Amino acid sequence: MQAQLPFYPEQASNFAPNVDSLMTFLILVSVFFSVAITVAIIYFFWKYRRQQQHEIGVPIHGDLRLETAWIVIPSILALAMFSWGAVVYVDYRHAPSDTLDIYVSGKQWMWKIQQPNGRREINELHVPVGRDVKLILASEDVIHDFFVPAFRVKMDVVPGRYNTMWFRPTRAGRYVFFCGQYCGTSHANMIGWVTVMEPPDYAAWLSGSSNADINPVAAGEKLFAEKACSSCHVSNGTGRAPSLNGVYGGTVKLADGSTVTADETYIRESLLAPNAKIVAGFQPVMQSFQGQLSEDQIQSLIAYIKSLQSQPVPATGAGVVTTGKK
Amino acid sequence: MQPPDQKLPETHYLNATYGIRSWLLTTDHKRIALLYLASVTFFFFVGGIFATLIRIHLLTPEGYLVTPETYNKLFTMHGVAMIFFFLIPSIPAVLGNFLIPLMIGAKDVAFPKLNLLSWYLYITGGCFALYAFSTGGLDTGWTFYTPLSSVYSNSAVAPAIIGIFINGFSSILTGMNFVVTIHTMRAPGMTWFRLPLFVWAQYATSIIFILGTPVIAITLLLAALERVLHLGFFNPALGGDPILFQHLFWFYSHPAVYIMILPAMGVVSEIIPTFARKPIFGYAFIAGSSIAIAVIGFVVWAHHMFLTGESTYSALAFSLLSYLVAIPSAIKVFNWTSTLYKGSISFDTPMLYAFGFIGLFLVGGLTGLFLACLGLDIHIHDTYFVVAHFHYIMVGGAVMGYVGGLHFWWPKITGKLYPEFLARAAAIILFIGFNLTFFPQFVLGYLGMPRRYHNYPPEFQVLNVMSTAGASILALGYLLPMIYLTWAMRYGKVAGPNPWPATGLEWKTASPPPTENFDVTPQVDWEPYDYKNRPDLGLVPPALAPAHGDD
Repeated sequence: MQAQLPFYPEQASNFAPNVDSLMTFLILVSVFFSVAITVAIIYFFWKYRRQQQHEIGVPIHGDLRLETAWIVIPSILALAMFSWGAVVYVDYRHAPSDTLDIYVSGKQWMWKIQQPNGRREINELHVPVGRDVKLILASEDVIHDFFVPAFRVKMDVVPGRYNTMWFRPTRAGRYVFFCGQYCGTSHANMIGWVTVMEPPDYAAWLSGSSNADINPVAAGEKLFAEKACSSCHVSNGTGRAPSLNGVYGGTVKLADGSTVTADETYIRESLLAPNAKIVAGFQPVMQSFQGQLSEDQIQSLIAYIKSLQSQPVPATGAGVVTTGKK
Repeated sequence: MQPPDQKLPETHYLNATYGIRSWLLTTDHKRIALLYLASVTFFFFVGGIFATLIRIHLLTPEGYLVTPETYNKLFTMHGVAMIFFFLIPSIPAVLGNFLIPLMIGAKDVAFPKLNLLSWYLYITGGCFALYAFSTGGLDTGWTFYTPLSSVYSNSAVAPAIIGIFINGFSSILTGMNFVVTIHTMRAPGMTWFRLPLFVWAQYATSIIFILGTPVIAITLLLAALERVLHLGFFNPALGGDPILFQHLFWFYSHPAVYIMILPAMGVVSEIIPTFARKPIFGYAFIAGSSIAIAVIGFVVWAHHMFLTGESTYSALAFSLLSYLVAIPSAIKVFNWTSTLYKGSISFDTPMLYAFGFIGLFLVGGLTGLFLACLGLDIHIHDTYFVVAHFHYIMVGGAVMGYVGGLHFWWPKITGKLYPEFLARAAAIILFIGFNLTFFPQFVLGYLGMPRRYHNYPPEFQVLNVMSTAGASILALGYLLPMIYLTWAMRYGKVAGPNPWPATGLEWKTASPPPTENFDVTPQVDWEPYDYKNRPDLGLVPPALAPAHGDD
């Protein structure tokens, strides 16, 4: 969309050209005003410099037309900046429905990453080019921030909740990612690399050593049985708790009449604070699993619940993990 | 410019009484201002040493000087010392204390004993901070984000928080004192719209002091309680919400930026009409914009949190409000520039600082628009772009205003003139050094260098070295005024009551002023910054005024 400019980092995601255009627009407006005011000041300085020691200036107290002009014109420009920025941001905060979901977990001072098929990485993230990727971010201790300059994206990683971010890599290559939020002693070493691969390479890489890892869906299924979730969440809907079949990605009606989208954040909250949102027609009888599940186990359970869809989740590569939300 | 043989008054506030007790137990607002001057200068020095070490450390990608732990403590303590113990009290407590009663024709502030108590609270808070710095240091960042500060940090968080908590009461008392003083103690004829714009700016600042400071005090106290007693306010493991801390913290700490910049804008609004020798352009707009900034400034805090996962609607609202607060700042810049039109402009040192202020504030303010822009903030949030931006506002803006103000009123405070050539040179050195230090950081930020990194990828080295080189010039720019202003106190030429001359009431009394400020309560019957109808200033109206006067 735009040639590489000096002082702009390389562009490797769908957001990079948008953010860079925004940057260019703001620089142009800023340079215009800076130059205009600097030139005016220097000109006045030279033109009206004091010639005689006891001279005074011409008393001018103001001009309502000028005041109006320099309130209205900057307001219009500010509104333009706001609107353009809002468009880019709203796009960034609303992931498309069909994404490749990858779990990213930050802890002092490393990044743990889990691919959809369970393959784990430390401080490395592999993604296919051209695919919408959603990162589901969790922290095990303090607030971190996942920041990929080449993608122009970042999002805080906050303990006690999921944040999500998405992007579509547009160029194969290796790009640095940083921890953006100061998180203690080795904050500056909480760095890693995103490897953007062609889809076939990614699929091959993903299947390459998946044997060594536990499939998160299988692990979640095992946990679901161990924690006796299945005794209440009966799949045909006759239990004390709602059936979880097809719940992910859909809309859930709550007891107070409101509705909520069943995304990762909702499922996580239902595990850790089950009484926060009660499904219509059910009683608040579930116990909290706060402190009893690790972040990995929560991820596995969510992966399992996501798999309870009309179509099963295959355990490989690009094209997988459709959420069924249309 | 002034008649050559000026004499110091025989008795003035500096020599009215002698001895250490006469200073430590003084209730004279001018002496309290000097107590503050000495103590904020000390903290500026402390914070400056930390800054020097930071810049030396960042000369090489792997970090040149200290361990990661120490580096984290350096930038944290730099921020705490500079923000809470230098920038926030600097202009209000030093120049505000000294000038507000003089400018409105009063003998003192409304509550002189509370004024002294403010200084003791500041000193007590400062001692706690120094205790924290010297016993384990502080490594949370000046922002104290939870749960890092309340659970995970192994440094002296609690003493530092107690210090900031105590210091907060100093701000609150100063704010109350100024508001009551400005409301009740104006001299006959000193109407609200005859007030100097510096007083308007101090009034707006005082409102923020009173309304904002209690929030930061209680917020930090909650973090300390969570840390010491394990009460779950912000720690999710105890059922708390870490983001709640950020809301409360920025509810004060964003307006705090206006605490720093508004008084500096007030200083500039005094300097420019004086050295252009004409009324300020759009007095009511400049005064009103100070109040607008103080009010709107309270509803923009969550623009620090666009990427915490806050709702999209909240982000949109706070972005729009942040653009709104930019308009009053723009109004001020346009009015200052227009004041120069058809002026009689001189290049005296305070004027150079005023122009330095406009230039740096312009960059700082405009880059604020970048950060308020939601789409752009995704990339530049928490990078060196932010570091550069707020240093342009807080150091470029606030400190230029403070140092410029010290030069402008030094003849009033001390009765002496500083060496003009040296002072002009220092102003230029400061301006150049500042830009060399901080402009490269905008580029670093857009290239993706995160803030608070003790090491960095090697491709960022060139810009970091430039920044450090600039910082050494900047340091010279700060040291020079410290030296020659101190020197001038004793050896400077006698200034006389009104060396510039300026139009404010403070220039109608002796330099240094007597303890009671004015021998008789002054009667104000002139408009602010009016040179035309002030024969007492000894200047002549422009000979060609009718020819190109157009008002």
